Amino acid sequence: MSQFNGAAAAPGRRTDPFLLLAVPALCLLGMLFVLPIVFLLVKSFRDTTGNLSIATYVAFFSDPFMLTALRRTIVVAIETTLLTLLLGYPTAFALARARGFTQTIILIAMILPLSVGVIVKAFAWSIVFRTDGVINKTLLGLGIIDQPLRLLFTETALVIGATNIFLPFMVLPIYAVIRQTDPNLRSAAATLGAGPLFCFFRVTLPLTLPGIVAGAAFVFSMAVAMYVIPNLIIGERTQTLSMLIARSFLYLRNEQMGSTISTILLAIAAFIVIVSSVILKRLSGRQA
Amino acid sequence: MTLTDRIATVASWIVALAVCIYLLTPLIITVIVSFTSSSVYTLPPPGWSLRWYETMARKHDLISALWLSVNLASISTIIALVVGTLASLAIVRGRFPGREILATVTVSPLMMPGLVIGVALLQFFRDLGLRDAYWSLLLAHIVITLPYIVRTLVAALEKFDFSLIDAAQTLGLPYSRAIIKVMVPGLAPAFLTSGMFAFLASMDNYPISIFLTDAWNKTLPIKMLQYLEEAPDPTIAAVSSGLIVLALTALVIGSRTVGLNRMIQ
Repeated sequence: MSQFNGAAAAPGRRTDPFLLLAVPALCLLGMLFVLPIVFLLVKSFRDTTGNLSIATYVAFFSDPFMLTALRRTIVVAIETTLLTLLLGYPTAFALARARGFTQTIILIAMILPLSVGVIVKAFAWSIVFRTDGVINKTLLGLGIIDQPLRLLFTETALVIGATNIFLPFMVLPIYAVIRQTDPNLRSAAATLGAGPLFCFFRVTLPLTLPGIVAGAAFVFSMAVAMYVIPNLIIGERTQTLSMLIARSFLYLRNEQMGSTISTILLAIAAFIVIVSSVILKRLSGRQA
Repeated sequence: MTLTDRIATVASWIVALAVCIYLLTPLIITVIVSFTSSSVYTLPPPGWSLRWYETMARKHDLISALWLSVNLASISTIIALVVGTLASLAIVRGRFPGREILATVTVSPLMMPGLVIGVALLQFFRDLGLRDAYWSLLLAHIVITLPYIVRTLVAALEKFDFSLIDAAQTLGLPYSRAIIKVMVPGLAPAFLTSGMFAFLASMDNYPISIFLTDAWNKTLPIKMLQYLEEAPDPTIAAVSSGLIVLALTALVIGSRTVGLNRMIQ
């Protein structure tokens, strides 16, 4: 019997040899990911003298400036997620239907920007949104506006730039789910007399829901934490939680508040991960 | 096909076309700006030149930042490939309790805010007394690359037919040779794509690295952003175009050896 089957044969009798394979990863992530984050959480609940305290949390939640930043971070993340879904859902269907050359083109348009990196793309968008940038020149040239619009340093520009950067993360999970579904289910529903809207809401949408949930969770968790994109597109004028964290550690040296804001951001991200995995588990249970 | 279906299909094609243009826009803009003769980002450029590529070649700090990034990305990806493959085998083939927790923990740095991981590592390394920026960066970049490897390899191993190894052994190969002859080629596409995305993620990382650098160890993204704040001229567009060519090369290699469709699984 091979070593691979040995473990399954004697469950619980002795230490599973596969556990040994996980030891390097467990050590690395335990030391470099879990432990540092636990320390950060502990630090956020201490005051400057080292006693347990929720003083910085009280300070955070009673500061209108901080609350505005919190609200803005969440609103921008929700807007970005909705826009990626709106654009990504039809694109995923087109990608699943496309064959040959067309499919290659759409796949390249997804994967190439994914491999280029955030700084390059955010930098390019900051050029596009300049007052003397392409958008304003086109709109002025077409006579749609007669004054250049202020686009850079606005939340709209941030959402457009962030959507551009996170869009592949929405398209690809939905595409993966569409490829697994049976296209005949729709035809079957149609044959049985279901209208197109019924087909969509009762057949297509439920089947693709796991892809939507996975994509939305991924996009939201990245959008709520993004730093480079707002830094290049809206600058210091509009503060998000990420920018406040960077500012507390790099410039203000207020590590207490920085740790507290980090914990709040971490809680939002963890909440999304947990909720989405619970939903995904329910969905797969329902289909099984 | 009903009329509504047809309208929906046409609409999805129009959206897909617009999305493709939208996604490629920043890359095209960057390349155009890099060849401008002007020292501001005017679009379309008043004239063409290679001056920003010449400027880039003279910027020794940018080049040393590039080497540091390539160095960190290569070493951390290799370590992550070894550690990640072992962990993926444990996740897929093991029967010990807590496998799901292991799977979640190994992939979760991908969905956790980068800045928070950076801040946590900054304080942790300081508490430990680790003051060397290079080693701090290298350890952090293993945390960055590992999730990419585990995510792809777990998916690949779940599809891999382990009875092939038994078959090879029945045919007389010793166990270790059976692994090398059967499992390594079967997993090669997963190694290649996960390694590629891990490498690129390390090359691009800013939020974690920013807290761990010192004056002598600045990675390329940090140097680029600093440069943009201090002297915004199209040199950065030239650097970015270089990165786009690097990504394009990786993509061509990936599509020739693995296939585009398998790269995104």
